Amino acid sequence: MRAPAFWLCIVVVGAAFIVLSRTFLTNEYFYFAGYVVLQYIVLSTAWNILGGYTGYTNFGTGAFFASGAYCSVVLHKLPGLVHSAFGLTIVPIPLPVMIVAGGIISGAMGLGTGYLTLRLRGVFFAIATLAFTIVVQTLIVNWDFVGGSRGIYIIRPPNAPLGGGYIQYLFTWMTILTVVSVGIARSIEGSRLGLGFASIRDDELAAEASGVPTLRLKLIATTLSGALMGMAGAPLPYYVTYLDPTSSFNLAYAVNAVAMPVIGGMTSWIGPVIGAILLGTIQQVATVTISSALNLLIVGLLLIFFVIIAPNGLVGLVQSWRRQREA
Amino acid sequence: MTEDIGAPLLEVKGLGKRFGGFVALEDIDLTIAKGERLGLIGPNGSGKSTLVNCLCGTLHNETGTVTFAGRPLNGLIAHERTHLGLARSFQLPKPFHSMNLVDNLRIPLLYTVNARPHHHLTDAAIAERCAELLKDVGLADKARRRPRDLTQVEMRKLELARAVATEPTLLFADESMAGLSHSEIEEILAVLMRLNEHGITIVLIEHIMSAVMSFSTRLAVLVAGHKIADGPPQEAIRNPEVERAYLGE
Repeated sequence: MRAPAFWLCIVVVGAAFIVLSRTFLTNEYFYFAGYVVLQYIVLSTAWNILGGYTGYTNFGTGAFFASGAYCSVVLHKLPGLVHSAFGLTIVPIPLPVMIVAGGIISGAMGLGTGYLTLRLRGVFFAIATLAFTIVVQTLIVNWDFVGGSRGIYIIRPPNAPLGGGYIQYLFTWMTILTVVSVGIARSIEGSRLGLGFASIRDDELAAEASGVPTLRLKLIATTLSGALMGMAGAPLPYYVTYLDPTSSFNLAYAVNAVAMPVIGGMTSWIGPVIGAILLGTIQQVATVTISSALNLLIVGLLLIFFVIIAPNGLVGLVQSWRRQREA
Repeated sequence: MTEDIGAPLLEVKGLGKRFGGFVALEDIDLTIAKGERLGLIGPNGSGKSTLVNCLCGTLHNETGTVTFAGRPLNGLIAHERTHLGLARSFQLPKPFHSMNLVDNLRIPLLYTVNARPHHHLTDAAIAERCAELLKDVGLADKARRRPRDLTQVEMRKLELARAVATEPTLLFADESMAGLSHSEIEEILAVLMRLNEHGITIVLIEHIMSAVMSFSTRLAVLVAGHKIADGPPQEAIRNPEVERAYLGE
């Protein structure tokens, strides 16, 4: 399928998903749980643009995600700040603006991380991104305006646009972000850019010798990946209504964003989507039925299982099964 | 293109490269004329590959200047030099292992040939050119295979085809024949000869003397980071310093 047709397809699917869920599902819990799964589709798809396509393992998902969330906190508090400082009254900043702003902030951070790839590769890059998360978290912990270490309560706006509850509104935006990120990932895959990313993943020296401007492409990958993660984080304050550094920078985001593409398959856009739906749903079910602490244990066990049994993920399993049947 | 022989294509002046306290290359002067087939030889560790890496931008030389087709190369990174027409194959083949052979060749076509001004190959033209390149090196029937399905000699042919896909004016073939059998060496030599007939200047870095001697129109000898001989092949290998380096006192 060509890229425009695919875009049309997922936009239709996304729109149908929103309309159908709003028509038939009234239980708010569905939106609570579904939001998390969708958020993981965005995060794992974003991670895969850098990790799967370009071959740089990023353990700093938490940093990009939480930066998007804290950017929203700042924008949420901005009207109050302007009012008390200058006596001016400005309207509350709408969520879509926050999402774009979160994307810009985390995209800029991604660009900065991109320059690390000049000197760091493989495990060293992974360690640097992990350290980066701690640096950003420390900054937030010491920034009183956004709540510091004790966290901050965010009051949701009284009425949600588009009708329905506010959680439905958040769910709608996360669906849109899912469509955008999956569309971007799929468009990259078959394109000149995607081929360039893959050449970097396979061999950076050979890519340079073939004329690929590797630094520029890596910067595109880190910026895009970071921006999508920040956008996924932007609605978080309104979703949780209480945001604190420990939970928003949680390592679980980084682990999940790595585990989902690995389990689904890293070479194709569908891999992270499958991985996120599977793991995200299992985690939601486990939280309700067994215990909320068991989440990461399941992720860990599945990750070990897949790394050993099916290193190319579910997509890889299906591909090799097809090849065997053809042969 | 024989009438072009003589005009300098690459000029290296006083090139030096150190790794910490180790002097890998010192004061290298080298001129390569258009259309030449230069053999670059030297014992292991004499700096041949380091020289290629410096000229192609993979490594950064501390001293000296490199001029290519009248343009100074200092400060240009590897892919910019590839865009200017300098191509190389790697001593150990570095194929893009997750892609089939066609995609391996599409990379240089998309990123080098199409990046040059006034060039724009359409998708169809790229597919055609890939098929042509694979046919030239005898890999046409493996177009949809991955590099892991290739033999050593095929891997080296792919490495050459990928370098040639950038449409270079100067090609460095870094030990494209190491570990190959006699008939396989003949195959690679034939490929290189054909490329030279099409006007590509070739620098052959090689240990296999019979191959170098039959291929080169000129020989440059590196020993311990210094160029000790440069001239017609028969003269160069009779140079007493070269004999000493290869055979001992």
